[in-house]
Amino acid sequence: MITVKRAGLLTIIQDLGRCGFQKYGVIVSGAMDQTAHRIANILVGNDENEPTVEMTLVGPTFQFQEDALIAICGGDLSATINGIPVHLWRPIYVKKNSELKFSACRNGCRAYLAVAGGFKIDKVLNSKSTYLRAGIGGLNGSALQTGDQLSVGHYSILAKKISSSLSKQVKNGYFESKWGVNPKRLTATQHKNIKEIRVIRGRQYDWFTEESQKHFFRSPYTITNQSDRMGYRLQGAKLTLATEQEMISEAVNFGTIQVPPDGNPIILLADRQTTGGYPKIGQVIQVDLPIIAQAKPGEKLCFSEISLTEAHYLYMEREKYINEIKNGIQLKFN
Amino acid sequence: MEYNCYPLGENAVLIELGKEINIETHQKIKGIAKFLNDNPPEWMIEYIPAFTTLTIYYEPYYIYSTFGTENIYEYVCKEIKKLLLKIPIGDENEPRNIEIPVCYGGDFGPDLEVVAEYNQLTPEEVIQIHSSGEYIVYMLGFAPGFPFIGGMSEKIATPRRKTPRLKIPERSVGIAGMQTGIYPIETPGGWQLIGRTPIRLFTPENNPPTLLMAGDKIKFTPISYEEYVKMENELL
Repeated sequence: MITVKRAGLLTIIQDLGRCGFQKYGVIVSGAMDQTAHRIANILVGNDENEPTVEMTLVGPTFQFQEDALIAICGGDLSATINGIPVHLWRPIYVKKNSELKFSACRNGCRAYLAVAGGFKIDKVLNSKSTYLRAGIGGLNGSALQTGDQLSVGHYSILAKKISSSLSKQVKNGYFESKWGVNPKRLTATQHKNIKEIRVIRGRQYDWFTEESQKHFFRSPYTITNQSDRMGYRLQGAKLTLATEQEMISEAVNFGTIQVPPDGNPIILLADRQTTGGYPKIGQVIQVDLPIIAQAKPGEKLCFSEISLTEAHYLYMEREKYINEIKNGIQLKFN
Repeated sequence: MEYNCYPLGENAVLIELGKEINIETHQKIKGIAKFLNDNPPEWMIEYIPAFTTLTIYYEPYYIYSTFGTENIYEYVCKEIKKLLLKIPIGDENEPRNIEIPVCYGGDFGPDLEVVAEYNQLTPEEVIQIHSSGEYIVYMLGFAPGFPFIGGMSEKIATPRRKTPRLKIPERSVGIAGMQTGIYPIETPGGWQLIGRTPIRLFTPENNPPTLLMAGDKIKFTPISYEEYVKMENELL
């Protein structure tokens, strides 16, 4: 059992999303930074779809009532175990009665905590992801609250092996592995003031004035405070349609950039609606979505154009690398 | 079947079957949705039918590693071409008929008077017109189980409220322009509210989780407040 001692700003259970029900208008949800979520699970021998805890900006504090194998990936929310700073992107063996605490956000925006065995939670529509607006998934359909308790599920064979290899060297209530994943190969980490985001042209790109098209791929856009898991509202050069055209609602995707009549683009994210009625100027490529998920309000984005073929190439490269990581861990413990 | 394909990112393809909302296009989309439902291609994750389009989601890496192709989008478009040839034309299944009881006006329909006044009708006439129409569910979207319904009479068309409400109670029935709809869950929204149904539209414990599906025919039946309370007690 793991107890939530302090809940943090927005601490929610997410997996890879509620797929298969979009035709009923059911929102997909799922982890905002899916790469960090997947790697966290892989590092503790879990299936990639096991739920993790997604923490946002102000992290929570957990108390372990049992020994556990954990991994923290994604943004740096200053994780400590029993007061000692620990590394991201590696498996960590945690002894019973230890305290895992997150505090100031030093880099990024969202961290993911995976626990070997996952969490024992009922699935709703085939997923454990929390969707707050409909009050479904996660722990009773809501974000984690102080005092909540999470039950840990059964370890995989690999999780048992990783766990036993680390458990022998425990000091100060935990032990970090010497090996881990280098996140630089997964996502283009950016420390620049303006984050570069690669975008494929959207279906209604041609509806916009030439000037707006130029602005979109040249000028910086600031992430406003009106940004959440559903979407980021941006502010920058206004985007206008060349002629007023009636748009008929159609499907949207994770990373779709739509433009409402006020001319300020919105990037649709994990809790997006299934369909939308605003013209789509672009689509953020999959491998750059984690950069968005780790960007905070006030930060600036700059879009650059890329072809679908190139985007597919980058997607395959990422998947091949994730497979390499998985195979590497399997081999290590065979 | 005439259509055009457009990519919606690396993992989805949007098939456009028409440029405007009409029954013919709707029938085509319904036919494709039924076919995909009964014969899901192994590379498909899910699909979303909409007014004039149907979007198929897929896993690019699955296609790459299973079918050994690097031209993912080309592969998907070819498969769609083959698939659309298999879909029978004119083989229309009878739509489901669903009756939705509505308690009009009062606290449930605070904008009934607004709709009446805007159209120079009495509230009773608005109820009569709204409940005598035959409607079609074109698609679900906006919120889980939220139906986009076609077929409302122009006589009761009313623009959205200038200031949207922050909270619209679940199961509220409303009008926005030429459309009528029902809110399955509590959400903010700008529709003119004319009544409420005691029937749940979204039940996440069920599969399918929604009362309505794209292609359904629906009818609204006026009920009294007493009937509403009785039905709500039985159903919820």
